Amino acid sequence: MTEFDVVIIGGGPAGMAAALGARKKGVSVAILERDTRLGGILNQCIHNGFGLHYFGEELTGPEYAARFSKQVKEDGGISVFLEAMVLSLSEDKIVRAVSPTEGYLEIKAKAIVLAMGCRERSSGAIALAGTRPAGIYTAGAAQRLSNISGCLVGKEVVILGSGDIGLIMARRMTAEGAKVKLVMEIMPFSSGLKRNIVQCLNDFDIPLRYSTTVTRVEGKNRLTGVYIAPVDEKLRPDLSKEEFIPCDTLLLSVGLIPENDLLTGTSVAISPITKGAVVDEHRQTSLAGVFSAGNVLHVHDLVDNVSEEALIAGEAAALYALGELKGDRSFAVEPSGGVRYALPQRITAAEGKVKIYFRVDKVYKGRTVAVTSLGEVVKRKKTAVMAPGEMQNVEIDASLLKGDVKIFLEEQ
Amino acid sequence: MNTTCIMCPIGCALSVKEEGGAVVVSGNGCMRGQKYGISEFTCPMRVVTTLIKGAAGGVVSVKTKEPIPKSLVPAALKEAAAFRLQKSVHTGEVVIEDVAGSGVPFVATAEFEAK
Ligand SMILES: Cc1cc2nc3c(=O)[nH]c(=O)nc-3n(C[C@H](O)[C@H](O)[C@H](O)COP(=O)(O)OP(=O)(O)OC[C@H]3O[C@@H](n4cnc5c(N)ncnc54)[C@H](O)[C@@H]3O)c2cc1C
Ligand code: SF4
Repeated sequence: MTEFDVVIIGGGPAGMAAALGARKKGVSVAILERDTRLGGILNQCIHNGFGLHYFGEELTGPEYAARFSKQVKEDGGISVFLEAMVLSLSEDKIVRAVSPTEGYLEIKAKAIVLAMGCRERSSGAIALAGTRPAGIYTAGAAQRLSNISGCLVGKEVVILGSGDIGLIMARRMTAEGAKVKLVMEIMPFSSGLKRNIVQCLNDFDIPLRYSTTVTRVEGKNRLTGVYIAPVDEKLRPDLSKEEFIPCDTLLLSVGLIPENDLLTGTSVAISPITKGAVVDEHRQTSLAGVFSAGNVLHVHDLVDNVSEEALIAGEAAALYALGELKGDRSFAVEPSGGVRYALPQRITAAEGKVKIYFRVDKVYKGRTVAVTSLGEVVKRKKTAVMAPGEMQNVEIDASLLKGDVKIFLEEQ
Repeated sequence: MNTTCIMCPIGCALSVKEEGGAVVVSGNGCMRGQKYGISEFTCPMRVVTTLIKGAAGGVVSVKTKEPIPKSLVPAALKEAAAFRLQKSVHTGEVVIEDVAGSGVPFVATAEFEAK
């Protein structure tokens, strides 16, 4: 059986950065990627705005991916298996995959990094009522068809969900000559970046309606239109105000789910909130030697954070493979009071800095984030504004921790 | 003109107008919003990213090398849509020179192999 110190599943930005992180410790590394090239979802994100934090300049998705794939290639110590679809992984760290060139592959790893990314919630996942005509796509599927295959999926478009992928696709479809009639958001605020609302919608006079949803779709073979209605505070549609909008295409941008199906049958614990693994600050899961990073761990809005997180996971996986990863203790990190989730969920280090990433449950202005350990404040950070769509972080000093950690927004 | 400041997540609603020869911004929470409001009012600039088709199939992603005036964006998109790329290009290579009279070129943001 082929053996590697560190095996990485997925060759997107998370997988590539994890590989480079592991190589810092000189171990042998393999990346298994099911696509024909490295880069993951970045290959289809042709707009710019990536890498401002990591590289200090604005790159497009393919450019950002190319920076990393070049480093992976030049490193020389990373074996890349393309078109290699991982089918399963076992508790004793044997990874099974198939590829057209290698056939059936069994690889023994000393440590594994999960970097499979996420997938989009579909019409089934949001229980869309009505017929099942052609013309309903997730925004990401439409993005792939447009940007990789060069196909325009429709001419008269309505978009449900104001997540960034939906906003970006509104501009993309307009650029290709389609008419984007409306973007709808069920919440009273957008989960997308302000910049995308201005530059993808306002610049092209595309209307955005908050607190509105699709109630049903119509069309036999091809979509002919959607019914929409405003919703109340409990998100229940007011059917007396239902309105018909003719269109041939509905794009759904209603959220992403980490792609963790491979973990079924393993002892890796999954968080019900993030839908990703529960990890410590090294991004080590509850199964020792298995690490997780990027969108498969929790959904990120900035690829820069993905790269940063994966470097940590890759380096730690290498240390584990070498038998050098330390874990002195294990304190739980518990979110409350406005903080929806915090990651890592456990801290094992007794010293050094640990960055805690978190998301809030709604928009907050002028609030202070507090981190306490056994009731004692270890860090406070005042923020101007926090929105659920923008991941926040606060850095703490691990040597100050005496027990379990709480993170919350202080009462005003 | 009414717009939203994009310089930080607060997203102040800005109102910009000309008063006695000077551009006046209101609604901004800080000075960055004033600067942004003035530039959006006088000469808003955008980096345009889009796709260009290969003459024998395939697509390559491109961007304007520098931001161009927002008023030229529709013309830039039309030019890109009508263009057919005849040759292979590397990342960073010029695909169309002088986009919509802006003086700025479209450069490839990925590798493209002509069929
Ligand atoms: C459709 C879509 C569009 C997006 N658009 C934007 C955007 O416009 N701007 C932005 O900032 N962020 C965007 N994101 C977020 C973006 O995904 C992240 O910033 C970043 O790309 C995540 O990196 P990753 O490596 O974790 O995941 P990915 O980039 O998704 O990479 C995961 C890789 O793992 C591979 N893989 C999965 N399962 C297996 C398996 N079983 N075997 C082998 N390989 C496997 C996949 O093929 C893929 O290459 C988008 C996400 C999605 C889903
Ligand atoms: S004006 Fe200042 S505070 Fe308001 S959104 Fe712009 S940068 Fe933020």
